[in-house]
Amino acid sequence: MQIDLRTVSIKPLRHTFDNIARRIGADKPASRYQEGTLDMQQEVNFHYRPTWDPDHLIYDRARTAVKMADWYSFKDPRQFYYGAYTLARAKQQDTAEANFDFVENRGLAATLPEEIRDTVLKMLIPLRHVAWGSNMNNAGICAYGYGTAFTQPCIYQSMDQLGIAQYITRVALLLGDVDVLDTAKTAWMEDDAWQGLRRYVEDTMVIKDPFELFVAQNVALDGLLYPLVYETIIDDVLSSKGGTPVAMLTQFMTDWYAEVRKWTDATMKTAAAESPENKEILGRWTTAWRDRAAAALVPVARIALAERTDELTAEVVQQFNARMAKAGVPV
Amino acid sequence: MDMQVAKKKLGLKERYAVMTRGLDWKPSYQKMEDIYPYMAYEGIKIHDWDKWEDPFRLTMDAYWKYQAEKERKLYAIIDAFNQNNGHLNVTDARYLNTVKLFISGISPLEYVAHRGFSHVGRQFPGPGPRVACLMQALDEIRHAQTQVHSISNYNKYYNGMHDFHHAHDRVWFLSVPKSFFDDAITAGPFEFMVSIGFSFEYVLTNLLFVPFVSGAAYNGDMGTMTFGFSAQSDEARHMTLGLEVIKFILQQDPANVPIVQRWIDKWTWRGYRVLTLVAMMMDYMLPKRTMSWKEAWEVYFEENGGALFKDLARYGIKMPDCAAQIALEKDHLSHQAWSTFYNYAAASNFHTWMPDEEEMAWLSSKYPNSYDKYYRPRMEFWREEAAKGNRFYNKTLPMLCQTCQIPMIFTEPGDPTKICYREVDYKGDKYHFCSDHCKKIFEDEPEKYVQAWLPVHQIYQGNCFPEGTDPTVEGFDPLAAVLKYYNLEFGRDNLDFDISEDKKNFAEWRGQATKNV
Repeated sequence: MQIDLRTVSIKPLRHTFDNIARRIGADKPASRYQEGTLDMQQEVNFHYRPTWDPDHLIYDRARTAVKMADWYSFKDPRQFYYGAYTLARAKQQDTAEANFDFVENRGLAATLPEEIRDTVLKMLIPLRHVAWGSNMNNAGICAYGYGTAFTQPCIYQSMDQLGIAQYITRVALLLGDVDVLDTAKTAWMEDDAWQGLRRYVEDTMVIKDPFELFVAQNVALDGLLYPLVYETIIDDVLSSKGGTPVAMLTQFMTDWYAEVRKWTDATMKTAAAESPENKEILGRWTTAWRDRAAAALVPVARIALAERTDELTAEVVQQFNARMAKAGVPV
Repeated sequence: MDMQVAKKKLGLKERYAVMTRGLDWKPSYQKMEDIYPYMAYEGIKIHDWDKWEDPFRLTMDAYWKYQAEKERKLYAIIDAFNQNNGHLNVTDARYLNTVKLFISGISPLEYVAHRGFSHVGRQFPGPGPRVACLMQALDEIRHAQTQVHSISNYNKYYNGMHDFHHAHDRVWFLSVPKSFFDDAITAGPFEFMVSIGFSFEYVLTNLLFVPFVSGAAYNGDMGTMTFGFSAQSDEARHMTLGLEVIKFILQQDPANVPIVQRWIDKWTWRGYRVLTLVAMMMDYMLPKRTMSWKEAWEVYFEENGGALFKDLARYGIKMPDCAAQIALEKDHLSHQAWSTFYNYAAASNFHTWMPDEEEMAWLSSKYPNSYDKYYRPRMEFWREEAAKGNRFYNKTLPMLCQTCQIPMIFTEPGDPTKICYREVDYKGDKYHFCSDHCKKIFEDEPEKYVQAWLPVHQIYQGNCFPEGTDPTVEGFDPLAAVLKYYNLEFGRDNLDFDISEDKKNFAEWRGQATKNV
């Protein structure tokens, strides 16, 4: 049964904006993702060149070596516009908050085996600096990339990584005191185990090509770091040794990365499918940054994995290669 | 048994510090100047980024929670508004032209603000300002999108907004707001913060964003009103950031003061010239007025702004000189602007009209020193001519000011009977200006302003016709070709309100919705 509520119906003159109709091929109702994304960035008739980068226009396709006939070929499979994005994150935040409460209220942090606690403090906490680097790098991709379809997800990614850095900070404060943060920072700055990764992060901060930065940060580094640290080390290895409360505290990161990779893979796939030249460039970047990222992550993983490090890291790299192959990126 | 040592409880400020600044480190594998390459060239000296006082303390978890709650409400209202034909509740169909002005003139600027704050949020070496700027970058894309989503429904029923992105990049008068933001984002990171963060968001927001939203509230436009009110708490954050930035820069080094003063002078004037569009909107386009432009200027700039500059005096900052000229113009600005748009109604994406008798009486009462003497006779004449079937459309193209890009319509300060012209010779070319202030801005940075994409020049150079147009063929109609380039439809998107499809449809639909026909 259905009831028939009547409303005054007026025939509209058009169903969406012309630019959207041109892109979706007809004047038909468009989604909020489409209306909030397509052609949002100014395209032509810029008035002045940036005084900070006079060789380029304000938004300039030439800032990257990747060539696209249409930068709106990129689609975020999550269809994130601001509203959809914040609603999704608020929901995850509810879960995260409940998890933190659960661990805190039951005093689970105190029940962690000493060895696990120690591993988490040594391996996880310095990663807040890596997330901070990603916050900065994704701000850069958003600022200097071309086309809202490509740049918009990067501001979300940037703020997500700030959120992750803050969640890691909360884990630290739950397991220890403020000095735990200082110790982790000293390790980040000085310990041999962290120098490869810190060098990697600092080196990405001077990459000028926004697409290469996207590959170095979101594809290569995060593509290895998240599966290795959150899925392999925390969810599997540490959980099996009584570290489940830690897995609860980092559930946000695990869920988040499972979602984010859909976007990074779709972006790589679209760019690689565009032309053999793109495919070649993306393959080159991905291979080079993957090798550096893997090498930088090994000493970090060793903190938790000891003699299993090489085996498990190799597995993660293999999964990564399979992902890239699926996206059409030769690695 | 281990003794559980009581943890040190962090205060809010300390907690926020470990959540933001604590994340940062001093790089050693790359040089600071390579990571932050744009910090030195503007001449601003920052000695200690840690002196930055966080203007608000919002961690991401709290941000997501608050903002999602606002989005839930906002989109529920937009949906209800759309379902219920909310557009028919506006005071009268003339109001819709305000919406057209907003979506094509202002919403695209929100997007530029989003990109600009991403840029400065990447570039500042201080983690405090960086986080605050990135949060604003995220808010600004919200504003751009919620505006598009709210106004999307109007576009389904009314003309003039159907290709607003395309229009923003091309239509002659839209180069005024566009060049303003292009100017800001192409300036250095510190000047960007003074121009947008301080001058625009702090000093002028009550004269820009607020009149549109209040106008919407007064005229039954729930869609626009709702996104405006929903943005209010974001705007409050942006204002505190703008003020903190200026104080921080000024406190860091006395040598910063003259640089910042020059920027404040420049951006107050640049901003004020953009507000010309708001002035005419307030005095002519809103069927139900909230207040006159002159009143708004007096309250929000002369009183509130006056107090602000008194407060900044201790840093060595003074009220911009241009305030004196703006005070002289406040009796004239909106009338001169509306007259111009009335003239050029054939080339615009919104309709214009002459005020009726009652509205003229309102203008006389709000502008006792100017309206009856200088503007009423002109408008009555146009009205009479229109009644006789001679609605005046100006077919020539106006000379534009090289800096603000507004046609040279403004009168000499103190003499409303004489058009103000200024010019400068630079590298063999002559440049024209509407005022001493626009001229000075040019003289300070001529290499920047000679680049301006002036719509009238571009039309004359043949750059504003659809590809393949041959302007030499017999009977070539330049206006038709330019409108095609703008993607505006003659007779639907432009001309007088009185003969518009909007007017006709609105009357018909409102009848359909309220009567049994």
